[in-house]
Amino acid sequence: MESQSRVTTALTSQVGRKILTGVTGVLLVFFVIGHLLGNLQLLDPDPNLFNSYGKKLHDFGLLLYIVEVALALLILIHAVIGISIFAKKLKARKGGYKGVGVKEGGMGKQSLASRTMIITGVVLLIFLVVHILQFRFGPAADMMIDGEKALDLHGLVMSTFANIWWVLFYVGVMLLIGFHLRHGIWSMLQSLGMMKPRWSKGIHGAALVIGLLLAVGFLLLPVIIYLRQA
Amino acid sequence: MKLHLKVWRQNGPHEEGKLVPYQVEANPHMSFLEMMDVLNEQLIKAGEDPVEFDHDCREGICGSCNMVINGVPHGPLKGTATCQLHMRHYKDGDTVVVEPWRAEAFPVIRDLVVDRAAFDRIIAAGGYVSVDTGSAPDANAIPIEKNKAEMAFDYATCIGCGACVAACPNASASLFTASKIAHLSLLPQGNAERKTRVLRMVEQMEKEGFGDCSNHGACEAACPKEIPIDAIAIMRREYVKAALS
Ligand code: HEM
Ligand code: SF4
Ligand code: FES
Repeated sequence: MESQSRVTTALTSQVGRKILTGVTGVLLVFFVIGHLLGNLQLLDPDPNLFNSYGKKLHDFGLLLYIVEVALALLILIHAVIGISIFAKKLKARKGGYKGVGVKEGGMGKQSLASRTMIITGVVLLIFLVVHILQFRFGPAADMMIDGEKALDLHGLVMSTFANIWWVLFYVGVMLLIGFHLRHGIWSMLQSLGMMKPRWSKGIHGAALVIGLLLAVGFLLLPVIIYLRQA
Repeated sequence: MKLHLKVWRQNGPHEEGKLVPYQVEANPHMSFLEMMDVLNEQLIKAGEDPVEFDHDCREGICGSCNMVINGVPHGPLKGTATCQLHMRHYKDGDTVVVEPWRAEAFPVIRDLVVDRAAFDRIIAAGGYVSVDTGSAPDANAIPIEKNKAEMAFDYATCIGCGACVAACPNASASLFTASKIAHLSLLPQGNAERKTRVLRMVEQMEKEGFGDCSNHGACEAACPKEIPIDAIAIMRREYVKAALS
């Protein structure tokens, strides 16, 4: 009992909350990278490549459900803490400054990306709901691969991205993911205390590159699929 | 040189405040605080209340000369306190907005003076080391590795001014608290209270109503002692170690 309340106190403290955003952030970033690599198979004109990948995942059965629920929990924990940090900040700092100016040597690691984490985060949350309804629970047709039943997820993606509005929606959200990760990738490592004075500049720069690569990778998919069908 | 000032005037903690325009004749050799002294002489001669502001050492070591100058804590120079800023960095006819630190945990007492007692309570929660009373110990009795001693000293240069809180969009006190924790965690003298220190100081910082850290790094840019946010990374490592053991 004693030790349990100590763990809860630690995890809900200001440092504990950052560790949790950091840990969930790292895991979600790994997921996002894996998701992009898997999705690149959509670019193969043969629908079977992507569909048999989808089938392989579905064949994990219970294990897949466990991973899906774990991912949902990660996002939920991450979002709840992110929103609570924002709510707390509104209370801790009511007014801003009327004067405007800049500090010699810059204003730290602040950027449009770092100041809009709550906005890009909430957009991501809404996007994730739409995205999961659309593709995980979407109207995918049944098909056969090597005599076994599978879902034609490839076809569902193709028909979705034949619509310019869906393409624009995805491109827009992917740009915001890039923004979220531009600050996020640097921030999660600092949150977990993985920082040395000599590294922080390099890591902050690397976060920009990785964020950009992920955003461009993801947004090229709907664009290429649309252009091929146009 | 003639300056157009806009200074935050507020009669008390619960009064409404506002920016009031003043004109002041300064010369480039003055420090920013001397320029404020000139303004106050002017106000006193005119029978008005002088602008209240904190100051003491006027050489960058006491951490009391807290002003947000044109939106930037301690003004535009890197690694200096307001008292080390000189008027030669301004041009004739410039407009300069002077405001107090803004954070709910640092309530305004009057004009530019805020109450930073929250910092004292964070220190009281654990920012100290226990020593035996008696005669002063011999110097160099405890050997400390050179690079550790230097790192500890860098973190020890924090003067407790609160510019980190003033600059932070979340009004987080993480840099101040972390610099104390990092400093003492690097030295053998700090070992006895190492675990309880970090747990208690972090708890106190939250109780005082400071916000969470979002890793904006605005604090390190504003810090007159240029303490890097790596101190905050050290604080987090110390916290995890203390919470797990
Ligand atoms: C695929 C989904 C997501 C990924 C990969 C992701 C990634 C990250 C990463 C790596 C961080 C930095 C963690 C840290 O500062 O320690 C972060 C911070 C943040 N995330 Fe997300 N995130 C995602 C979804 C969301 C969602 C749905 C929200 C909903 C509100 C959100 C809100 C935030 C906020 C507010 C922060 C800043 C926290 C702070 O101020 O310190 N994120 N995110
Ligand atoms: S960390 Fe820097 S800005 Fe913050 S109180 Fe100490 S000296 Fe001032
Ligand atoms: S008056 Fe002491 S630091 Fe400026």
